[in-house]
Amino acid sequence: MQSDTLFTGVRIVADGVDLHGDLLVRDGTIADFGPSLGRPDGAAVVHEDGAVLCPGLVDIRVALGEPGFEYRETIVSACAAASAGGITTLAALPDSEPAIDDPALVHMLITRGRETGAVTILPYGAATTGCRGEALAEIGLLREAGAVAFTDGARAIASSGLMRLVLSYARGFGARIVQHPEDPSLARGGSATEGELAARLGLPAIPAAAEAILIARDIALARLTGGAVHFAHVSTYDGLELIRRAKADGLAVTCDTAPPYFDLNENGIGDYRTYAKLSPPLRREDDRLAVLAGLADGTIDAIASDHQPRDADDKRLPFAQASAGGVGLATLLAVTLAHVHNGELSLSAAIALLTSRPAALMGIESGRIAKGAPGDLCLFHPDRIWQVRAGSLPGKAQNTPFDGRALEGTVLGTWKAGRRVYAGTAPV
Amino acid sequence: MFYSQKHLLQIEGLHPPEIGHLLDLAESYVLLNRSGKAQRDLLRGRTLINLFFEDSTRTRTSFELAGKRLGADVINMSVSTSSVNKGETLLDTAATLNAMQCDLLVVRHGQSGAPRLLAEKVDAAVINAGDGTHEHPTQALLDALTIKRRKGRIAGLTVAICGDIAHSRVARSNIHLLATLGAHVRVVGPPTLVPPEAALWGTEVFHDMAQALKGADIVMMLRLQRERMSRGPVPSEREYFRFWGLDFEKLAAAKPDALVMHPGPMNRGVEIDSAVADDPRRSVIREQVEMGVAVRMAVLDTLSRGPGRNAI
Repeated sequence: MQSDTLFTGVRIVADGVDLHGDLLVRDGTIADFGPSLGRPDGAAVVHEDGAVLCPGLVDIRVALGEPGFEYRETIVSACAAASAGGITTLAALPDSEPAIDDPALVHMLITRGRETGAVTILPYGAATTGCRGEALAEIGLLREAGAVAFTDGARAIASSGLMRLVLSYARGFGARIVQHPEDPSLARGGSATEGELAARLGLPAIPAAAEAILIARDIALARLTGGAVHFAHVSTYDGLELIRRAKADGLAVTCDTAPPYFDLNENGIGDYRTYAKLSPPLRREDDRLAVLAGLADGTIDAIASDHQPRDADDKRLPFAQASAGGVGLATLLAVTLAHVHNGELSLSAAIALLTSRPAALMGIESGRIAKGAPGDLCLFHPDRIWQVRAGSLPGKAQNTPFDGRALEGTVLGTWKAGRRVYAGTAPV
Repeated sequence: MFYSQKHLLQIEGLHPPEIGHLLDLAESYVLLNRSGKAQRDLLRGRTLINLFFEDSTRTRTSFELAGKRLGADVINMSVSTSSVNKGETLLDTAATLNAMQCDLLVVRHGQSGAPRLLAEKVDAAVINAGDGTHEHPTQALLDALTIKRRKGRIAGLTVAICGDIAHSRVARSNIHLLATLGAHVRVVGPPTLVPPEAALWGTEVFHDMAQALKGADIVMMLRLQRERMSRGPVPSEREYFRFWGLDFEKLAAAKPDALVMHPGPMNRGVEIDSAVADDPRRSVIREQVEMGVAVRMAVLDTLSRGPGRNAI
């Protein structure tokens, strides 16, 4: 029998909850919470002055590295990094090698997540066979096996005809299609966002319009098919404007963004810093501000890490040749909190964007604080400072675009189904 | 009762008495055929040409048998469509047929509307034996006759048509006929194979077999063309069978005495499980073939009399 855990004197923040008090976890679920609870015999007591207790984070965009790219990251190392970042549930992208286009692979990912005991892995199924963008994947069988939604991961579904089929077919199973919104014919070979900086650095560039074009097309296809489309890591003003209008029209359109797109702008690539080479590329400052506005007004449904582990050799190349992508599990919470600290987001809105709202997108019960809800929790100190340093991040891959950044907000502990799976470096 | 048209190009637009006339006449031919009586001479001296631009065995054979049983001279013409410009060929063919003084012309063509184009150019009465993804009227008539003989009626029955509705001429003819005669028609299949517009034809649209078959009297399966089983609207045969293939588990949702139909040829293990297809208590698939000959005899008989001159 697992012992009870009592959190005392913490600020409890979740969708619809913001109070100072206690929370009791018993048998893996939240038994009670309120301003003051009694102290059951034998309960492990956790207290930290000034700490915030929130639901374990639900990160809906993570490349695990496994299967196929174990030299970058493994399920075990990614889940360790997730726990250190306060994440208790993550959705795994299917563009691995092999791609997650067979029900057996979906079972494998779910089982491997369970084996960590720390993180629930929600597998995405491939939207097209092999994520190659040529033919419909077995969406029904993958869904039955437990795939939460369908996507080709970092590859856009380029063909309008195929995207129509995918949206239409998935509708029959009530499944959402997640799109990497970037027109491949405009993005091909590009490594930075098109503009004065890329021109000066002499880098092949991707126009911001590559995003708006695909978003506009897929909104039209969602309207045509009645299908549900979700746009990942939205990063431009124009893209968000289109999504805002589609939502107002009542279409089944949702989106997320990732911390680099509201915390950094194109200047992050500095003197060809390949760790800041992302897909989509870091945008201009006015696009960054538009993403912040989208977070504040609710247009954006979730903040996801868009964790893309890369090996040093993937990045130790001339900028245009380096692999795009950055890690984000360990910094997801703290970078988001930076924008709470500077007044751009409320704490409760930020927590909802990291917990209940992504959970709702995935159709899962986690991400909330309520009696009977899973004891998936994250305890963090909102003001404690740390510095992001590539080389000393949890997990295997170290390719963070936030290298050197000082952040306020430190995860003190993470609990999965009532069991502590991460204890922060500072004593609790 | 009268059948008022010169041709039989489509079910859409036919009135209940016209359909009723054809079904009643067909019923009499069922009895005649079963009695084993020799050829009648109703169509003696008349020429029936089977003009098939698409491969077909059962429909062509069925028309051939129907024509011969009525005493007609039956000629089969198979025309390859691969080499020539189709529109030109079709009109050239029409001129040829007129020269042959053909009376009854049975046409199958890969293009929707091709029989209508021919009907405008030939003197013969034209029977559509399947045009593209448009209609296959004699199939719907034989299906209706099968249902009527087994269930005693069509009005009020719940019929679930399952599979590739979008590309099926059988589905379109059946939807029109069954709805015209007062059946409750449901269509079910993946959204990629069911046009949402089917709701405008008086059908209820489903994507889940269990829901669509609930309480159904008739479960009508459609053939899934092989070229659609991958790299198209369906990801794989195994997925199609899992969700839309008729097995006893799915059939359990229908009424206990629900009948199973299929226009043939079947893809066993894709749209229908062999155990269901071969179960004599549920499957009327072989009976459909028998009804096909009788229905085609009724159609040939009726059209040979000319429009408006077919009182019985």
